[in-house]
Amino acid sequence: MSSRARGGRWLGPALVAPAFAYIALLVGLPALLSLFLSVSDARVGSDEIRFVGLANFAEAVRTPSFRAALAHSFLFTLASQLLVIAGATLLALSLKEAFRGRGLVRFLVLLPWVAPISLGAIGWKWLLDSIYSVFNWALAAAHLVDPMNPPMWLGEPRLAMLSVVLVHTWRTLPFATVVLLAGLTSIPRDIPEAAAVDGGGFWRTHFTITLPMIRPILLVALLFGVVFTFTDMTAVYILTRGGPADATQVLPSLAFFTGILGGDLSGGAAISLFLLPLLLAGAIVLLRIARRTEVT
Amino acid sequence: MAIVATRALTKRFGAGENAVDGVDIETRDGEFLVLLGPSGSGKTTVLRMIAGLEDPTSGEILIGGRVVNDLTPRERRIAMVFQSYALYPHLTVYENIAFPLKAQGVPKSAHDGKVGWAAGKFGIVHLLARKPRELSGGERQRVALARALVREPQVFLLDEPLSNLDAKLRASAREELQKFQREIGTTAVYVTHDQVEAMALGDRVVIMDKGRVRQVGTPAEVYDDPADTFVATFLGSPPMNLLERDGVVLGFRPEHVRNGAGGSDDARFRFRCELTEYLGSEQLAFGTLEGWEGREVVWRFPSWEPAPPEGSVQEVRVEKTRLRFFDAASGRRRPAAPLP
Repeated sequence: MSSRARGGRWLGPALVAPAFAYIALLVGLPALLSLFLSVSDARVGSDEIRFVGLANFAEAVRTPSFRAALAHSFLFTLASQLLVIAGATLLALSLKEAFRGRGLVRFLVLLPWVAPISLGAIGWKWLLDSIYSVFNWALAAAHLVDPMNPPMWLGEPRLAMLSVVLVHTWRTLPFATVVLLAGLTSIPRDIPEAAAVDGGGFWRTHFTITLPMIRPILLVALLFGVVFTFTDMTAVYILTRGGPADATQVLPSLAFFTGILGGDLSGGAAISLFLLPLLLAGAIVLLRIARRTEVT
Repeated sequence: MAIVATRALTKRFGAGENAVDGVDIETRDGEFLVLLGPSGSGKTTVLRMIAGLEDPTSGEILIGGRVVNDLTPRERRIAMVFQSYALYPHLTVYENIAFPLKAQGVPKSAHDGKVGWAAGKFGIVHLLARKPRELSGGERQRVALARALVREPQVFLLDEPLSNLDAKLRASAREELQKFQREIGTTAVYVTHDQVEAMALGDRVVIMDKGRVRQVGTPAEVYDDPADTFVATFLGSPPMNLLERDGVVLGFRPEHVRNGAGGSDDARFRFRCELTEYLGSEQLAFGTLEGWEGREVVWRFPSWEPAPPEGSVQEVRVEKTRLRFFDAASGRRRPAAPLP
């Protein structure tokens, strides 16, 4: 065997090992632990652990707050990802064109993604504050709202949900934009030009040529967005803590409040794992579609 | 059918030199006009400006007598075949050919007939259900041509459509393209850097260099009567022999060199042979002419004639009517003169 082949036998595993260790220790182990907790009756402060089967899941489904959080999770994910895909497509299409100041605009679009989310969300918390909201100040100055009775962005159930959806959209838009921009720039310049010469207007070219060509990458962006949104609680936690009266409670935040703050480790684990089978199935389906629609 | 014309067409990218510099060309109705030049000569940029894919810095483009500078590609009613063919990879051949019909709002009931007609012209009816990635280079090129034809445009623009084919296929594709254009009779502007393609296809050839038009004429005119030394050396392989003395450049084609002393209608030289090459159908001899040293001269003759021995000196002649004269400073043609 040549020395090159010998090197090849160990080099590959050696290079993959750190990533493998990282995933096994920081993702795999906690996942297994929560799987174990979800079928036990573990509680903070008790050293007795018994196997209870699916009792925690059954218990969770019975509680109204869980069912509300489940519905909110779907609403939160669908609404924000629809906005993200539409917004990212628009942004990517416009940022693909050359114009003066494009570099600056690209930088600004990326900023919410690069800046620490806690900073951004705290900024939003002040922008949407019940007393100091700059939006309300502007709306009142424009005589669009009553300055004595302004909208409570984080205090009224519908407005609170709208607020967390918009802030989460603001946060995940840059990633989707960058992914789509990469997809758009990978289309050879000749193709949209041929469509223009063939008589295709903007919308026809977009929907029959561009969009199908970037569909695989669009689906990957959507998959990331959906999985990330279903499992993320940052915007909810910082802005509303699930309130008012659980109106913005989503599964991850409910799991956190139940398991960590409430001390019901097994109940929290069951809630957080509830969507795992659904998300796995969704991921597999989306990746299949992406592979089938691969165009080049 | 329509006439395409450009008036003082100029394009500058950024702050550099003009990529296209005051180009005036005008096709005749139904003509096959070839833009020929080395890479960077601006020929593709001219074509892209005619298509509306590039905005001119100044100058006018006319199609059918109408200034189209401000029209979108879609409004110009042209069809273009790209060097890469630019087929839509996710659509079948049928959908590719039908796209211009859809885009123009042709009723769906008419699609089958028109797609079938265009596909039939290029013999690709059996490929209609395939995707472009399942086609060979030659088949893709036919699909691109069928897609261009299907909308019956006023003008065809072709950007090096044969350059991605292998040499054998290229010759047959060239022949088909010529037959097709004769049959359809639509004005075509064709860009290439391949002089054989240009000579074979063009009713007239526009020779471009560094963004400017050097000469416009039939293939025979530009080959036999080049307007300047650039055209003289760009066309022909090997190119025209050029010899300089006293501010005058004397030119003649390698195939116009003949063996023997000749008569009063001939210019006589003594050729010192340095190297010969046997190329199958012809032979080349490389050397110098006595009294004109400094520039290499190529002599082309049929392969059945005996080649001069390397190192020998031969009496050769060129008919005086075959001699071309150029000004050494400007490179432009000048009237015939006694041999300097």
